[in-house]
Amino acid sequence: MQLQYDIEGGNFTKAGFASSEIKKVLKQLNVDAATIKRIVVSSYEAEVNIVAHAYKGAVTVVIDHEKIVMQYQDEGPGIPDIEQAMVAGYSTASPEVREMGFGAGMGLPNIHKNADDLLIESEVNKGTLVTITIYLKQEGGQ
Amino acid sequence: MMQHPEFHHALTFNRETCVGCSHCMKVCPTEAIRVMEGKASLMPNRCVDCGECYRVCPVDAIGVEQDDFAMIYQFRHRVALVPGVLLGQLSDEIITRQIYSVLMEMGFTHICEVETGAEVLRKAMQSYINEHQENKPLISAFCPAVVRLIQVKFPSLVHNIITMKPPLDIAGLYIRDRLINEGAKPEEIGLFYFTPCAAKIAAVKSPVGEQKSVVDGVINMDFAYNKLLTTAKQSKSAMCPVPEDPQLSPEAILWSLTTGESNVMEGRSLAIDGINNVMAFLEELEDEEVSNIDFLELRACDESCAGGILTSTNRFLTAESMRRRAQQAEQSTDHNIEKLPEEHILAKYHSLKDQLTVDKVSPRSMLKLDENIQGALEKMQRVNELMEILPYVDCGICGSPTCQSLAEDIVREEAELERCIFIQRILEQKGTFTAEESAEVMKKIWGENKLNKEIK
Repeated sequence: MQLQYDIEGGNFTKAGFASSEIKKVLKQLNVDAATIKRIVVSSYEAEVNIVAHAYKGAVTVVIDHEKIVMQYQDEGPGIPDIEQAMVAGYSTASPEVREMGFGAGMGLPNIHKNADDLLIESEVNKGTLVTITIYLKQEGGQ
Repeated sequence: MMQHPEFHHALTFNRETCVGCSHCMKVCPTEAIRVMEGKASLMPNRCVDCGECYRVCPVDAIGVEQDDFAMIYQFRHRVALVPGVLLGQLSDEIITRQIYSVLMEMGFTHICEVETGAEVLRKAMQSYINEHQENKPLISAFCPAVVRLIQVKFPSLVHNIITMKPPLDIAGLYIRDRLINEGAKPEEIGLFYFTPCAAKIAAVKSPVGEQKSVVDGVINMDFAYNKLLTTAKQSKSAMCPVPEDPQLSPEAILWSLTTGESNVMEGRSLAIDGINNVMAFLEELEDEEVSNIDFLELRACDESCAGGILTSTNRFLTAESMRRRAQQAEQSTDHNIEKLPEEHILAKYHSLKDQLTVDKVSPRSMLKLDENIQGALEKMQRVNELMEILPYVDCGICGSPTCQSLAEDIVREEAELERCIFIQRILEQKGTFTAEESAEVMKKIWGENKLNKEIK
């Protein structure tokens, strides 16, 4: 199954909408609560990254019986040094974004912690593609 | 861990009285009601006993079951467990001491206020919160409708629930203990609770996370309210023997009102009342959009228990009168008025603390389309296809509350697509469905009566 949501850069009012929709689908699919939590944390962080840094973007979600793959594609400044961006606490967020309680430099590290697989591809001044894969576990199952 | 195959519901639907208006179906927060053959019917596994349906039923077809009052006489020692909201409703009519003597006249031998154990509970909850920081924000288990709501709709949050008994159980444990100490035989003690809502009855009859409730019987608060008023008006109850007048602390008096818990807990706390407000907040909590909150007080009813479905007076006035009582208690503490039950409980704090904890609360999601992920995926695909052709009007004429719920009912093979009035029109235009067939479908949903009217 495939889902797609647009993500608007700079619109913090709607940040988390796609993540919430993904969560609702997973609850209906009887995915185990702990797995849903990991998916929600990583999808929320990836979504907020686009809102905070990029001009616009979209997420494409593909779900099958064993995994969820979420691809966050944006048009934005890109990440010059991905390795550095992965360091907990490292942030390039503007003071305005930080004032809103975002941009603590925990986004990508948090995704990394919760995802089974994380792939970041980025081109400076063009955009970033973040691909998150998480394997699904059935509620009450093994 | 306690498992209940079928959940006990205190709400009853009377098919004879029901006129099939669907008001209840539209307000149900868990989409637990459908209309078939002109009557509302309940899906037991979805119902959380919040009672929103009871509030809107125009013909009183929805009732709340209660135990027969005569049941109290099966016991030698008959204890009335009285919640503050009952006193709050009567305060303009009768003073508290008089209510107590009327209760004695009605046949009770002892009276114990439900909130008697509030301070003990607060202390136990606070140490629970301190020991379970990883599950922040911790959610109070005070409101049984909220506990059930989390089980069916927000299963990922069950670990946030503080697994502690409500004040009712603590008051029950305390009074039972006291009577036994005074020489009563355990089997001769009967505890009866005046409930402001259906959820508390359901919680007594099939408690979540514990084997058996401490309460022996439940009497609806509206029944108690009427009986108290009539008895008080008809008798010289002032002549009755009056039991000791217990002074609850302001904290205990306010416990069942909104902010009653959140105001006295340490750290960052939030109080939310009204089941739709609670649901909206839990949704955001689950989305990880809320952080750094230590404690959540969540109540299904607006104005908490003062707005319970079995209360008889205006909830704002009840709350105001309870706040007034708390202020008076505040002043009398200065004059050193004794606080008997509270001190007694505090002395026994350590032995009671072990009895306060209940087993963990298990999730029982109502949202899943199938146990198996693959099966659920296929069903969701089918739901999405159906949503492409359904009108998104949520009119409820199909007998399901929303287009989405109809689509899910169809996929679960509990409904047919032709129930949708828009689909009927589409099929009629294509010539594959006749007006007579449409009428037959409508009769199946809404009953013969609504479609057999004469139009002049």
